[in-house]
Amino acid sequence: MPDNEPLAEPRTVMLIAIGGALGTVARYELSLAVPVRPGALPITTLIINVVGALLLGALLGTLGRTAPNDRIMRPLLGVGFLGGFTTFSTFAVETVQLVRHEQAAVAAIYVIASIAFGLAAASAGERLVHAIPRLIPEDEA
Amino acid sequence: MIALAIAGAGALGAPARYLVERALSRRFGHAFPWGTTAVNLAGSLLLGLLVGMVEFHQWQDDIVRIAGVGFVGAFTTFSTFAVQTTRLPARARVRYVGISVVGGLGLAAAGLALASI
Repeated sequence: MPDNEPLAEPRTVMLIAIGGALGTVARYELSLAVPVRPGALPITTLIINVVGALLLGALLGTLGRTAPNDRIMRPLLGVGFLGGFTTFSTFAVETVQLVRHEQAAVAAIYVIASIAFGLAAASAGERLVHAIPRLIPEDEA
Repeated sequence: MIALAIAGAGALGAPARYLVERALSRRFGHAFPWGTTAVNLAGSLLLGLLVGMVEFHQWQDDIVRIAGVGFVGAFTTFSTFAVQTTRLPARARVRYVGISVVGGLGLAAAGLALASI
């Protein structure tokens, strides 16, 4: 991409903003609905991040297969909604706070679970989508 | 009302992440996810700082909710980090997870420490 091209299309940025606003509020509402006491495993963020990784894997797997030139769903749902729904900064700060509350073992479990389940979910999401068309007979596919 | 402000902050944070990612991949290429690395590390520092300002300097909780949960939460991302990792070659995968986790936790701690001064 040449340097003189604009960094992004206004429509793409708008779709990301809409998705980002919805994903961020969904994360905030979930954090209120499932509060975690200080020193406990931050199960809410863990679930948000793992589910978000699964859904992004499935979304990108689907689009890569069925709509490689898509310019709506990827910014709206992928970069915007799921990008805003999941969060890395909260994961990092929560882990440090666990260590500060002398819960180093819980902090270690949180980091390992986030990475292991997050990566497994992302690749499961992509593979899940690749498995679905096999259910459709070849002549209809 | 606060949810609306958080939505507005998320509507800024997510596009900001996209623009940083575009700018850095234009500059450094697509072989390694430098853009996501940069937003996740910068966001971890920023959120540590914000949470620390509430804890040590009695800043209002709502500032952390809007700027922290809203903007920084949407600016950083875990889902893209996870998908990118699965798509990298094995060695780059270890490097990406290592830089993100060690750097993210270190910078979050640095932000909290900076706020405690």
